[in-house]
Amino acid sequence: MTLASATRRPARSAPRAAGEGPLADRGAWFLVLPALIPILVLSVGPLLYGILLAFTDSQSGRTQATRWIGGLNFQDLLHDTLFWESFRIGLVWAVGVTVPQFLLALGLALLLDEDLKLRWLARALAIVPWAMPEVVVGIMWRLVYNPDAGVLNETLRDLGLGDGRDWLSGLGSALPAVIVVGVWAGLPQTTVALLAGLQNTPRELHEAAAVDGAGAWRRFRTVTWPALRPVALAITALNLIWNFNSFALVYVLTGGGPGGRTRLPMLFAYEEAFRYGQFGYAAAMGCVMVAVISVLLALFLAGRLRGGDDT
Amino acid sequence: MRTRTGTRIGQYAALLAYLVFLAFPLLWLLSTAFKSPRELGSLHPTWIPRHPTLDNFRQAFDEQPLLHAALNSLLAAAGAAVIAVLIATPLAYVIARRRTPLTRAATGWVVVSQAFPLVLVIIPLFLVLKNLRLIDSLFGLTLVYVVWALPFALWMLVGYVRAVPAEVEEAAAVDGAGRLRTLVSVVAPLLAPGITATGLFAFVTAWNEFFFALVLLKTAEKQTLPVVLTHFIGAEGVADLGPLAAAAFLATLPSLVVFAVIQRRITGGMLTGAVKN
Repeated sequence: MTLASATRRPARSAPRAAGEGPLADRGAWFLVLPALIPILVLSVGPLLYGILLAFTDSQSGRTQATRWIGGLNFQDLLHDTLFWESFRIGLVWAVGVTVPQFLLALGLALLLDEDLKLRWLARALAIVPWAMPEVVVGIMWRLVYNPDAGVLNETLRDLGLGDGRDWLSGLGSALPAVIVVGVWAGLPQTTVALLAGLQNTPRELHEAAAVDGAGAWRRFRTVTWPALRPVALAITALNLIWNFNSFALVYVLTGGGPGGRTRLPMLFAYEEAFRYGQFGYAAAMGCVMVAVISVLLALFLAGRLRGGDDT
Repeated sequence: MRTRTGTRIGQYAALLAYLVFLAFPLLWLLSTAFKSPRELGSLHPTWIPRHPTLDNFRQAFDEQPLLHAALNSLLAAAGAAVIAVLIATPLAYVIARRRTPLTRAATGWVVVSQAFPLVLVIIPLFLVLKNLRLIDSLFGLTLVYVVWALPFALWMLVGYVRAVPAEVEEAAAVDGAGRLRTLVSVVAPLLAPGITATGLFAFVTAWNEFFFALVLLKTAEKQTLPVVLTHFIGAEGVADLGPLAAAAFLATLPSLVVFAVIQRRITGGMLTGAVKN
């Protein structure tokens, strides 16, 4: 055993060395397989299977065999105005949540990076929405928005701004109302990521710029932002994806209503699959969602990266 | 000096605004949980309950099988957390120490899995689990949570492993420790705090999870806490607000406690993972 590990040692002290096979030695397989099998069976496999399903007429609880139908699902989808309406709502929701989320988180992160008195409280509070179950976040905001017993309408009444309204059932107010909840719920993660990025910015550079008489905005633009950019890009891209795919929050808040005004694509696909049993069709929706999001994300990242002078 | 004070005041005002925005829904949830039905029906709700009562909590337990659901959640979340760190730690070790096509593929999966739309995974997952006879089963749900927790667990653990200098292992090898010995008695103890934090994080994610539980569990007795919470809301969106608030508050407590414990480590781990990758 001693001999064996001694001969193997060079490989270990040079971790970057390319292995001779998929793995440098057989012992490593033993370490890798326990995780690899569930990943393949329950993640990679289902993903590929899902793409295949999009080209079939698979339905739940049907006795006939599932058949290949080629691109028929996609053709139907092309003319499915309800789906594209839902898709549009999904994009409005994703952008409407991600952008304010980023700006608010940036502000909060900058504040938390300062030496302020109530910082500990803000830090603690900023973590809470992250720890909460999404379902509870939804329930909590239902209480806030409640037309009679909710605090929002009561505050409006107190301020003499009218009687308030039924925020989550109003055709015009439902989507903005759920977007506010989305921003609230996602604020912590973004703040923590940005704060981590901020604490990586070179302090000395900041101080030097201050000594040279650079104002706060100049210092932010020339010192802080360049250091923060990679983190900011990564978290924004992730937020866009996460928000576009979000489900539980809106499911609890409105269930997609009123009249489909908040029916995000995930809710639409969920209903199609598990209420109406149209597995193949719902899988095709999933494929379209991935494709469009990938393209948008590629455009976003390419544009951002080209726009940068450094990093 | 004058402008500095002005800046400070502005900063405090902004911080206060953030505090209000972050805290007010939480306080309202608490306030609602302790209000009597009559007070909830009144047209002018107040922040502080006029006659605080615990009735809502009692009623919440009467209306829905909360304890049983909490037990289901606990089983699924704890099981998922333990299995996830058990299988993720060795893989993370290999990813951190070796660079081979396989470990690169694993890293790629960690990144890509973040972009999976759940809808594309859930239908096939439903069918796969059905074939394995793991549909409508807590064990099946636990396995799904394991795989679902793996990307983040791997991300964190790779960072922690990289923080352990390779020299430590070499020294152990020189002293005659075999490969497995080195891993179990030298590397693992150094990783213990990181492994614990990762496991607890996996626990919270699973405890909070809703979508998979909603789709994969059908029998009422098997349902987890988040799904049961939604049962407080009736078909027409009408809910008994008091018990709803009370139950929601109770369901959040475990997550909050665990998160408070690991918060520093998670944010730190996210950063090391991000910097080193």
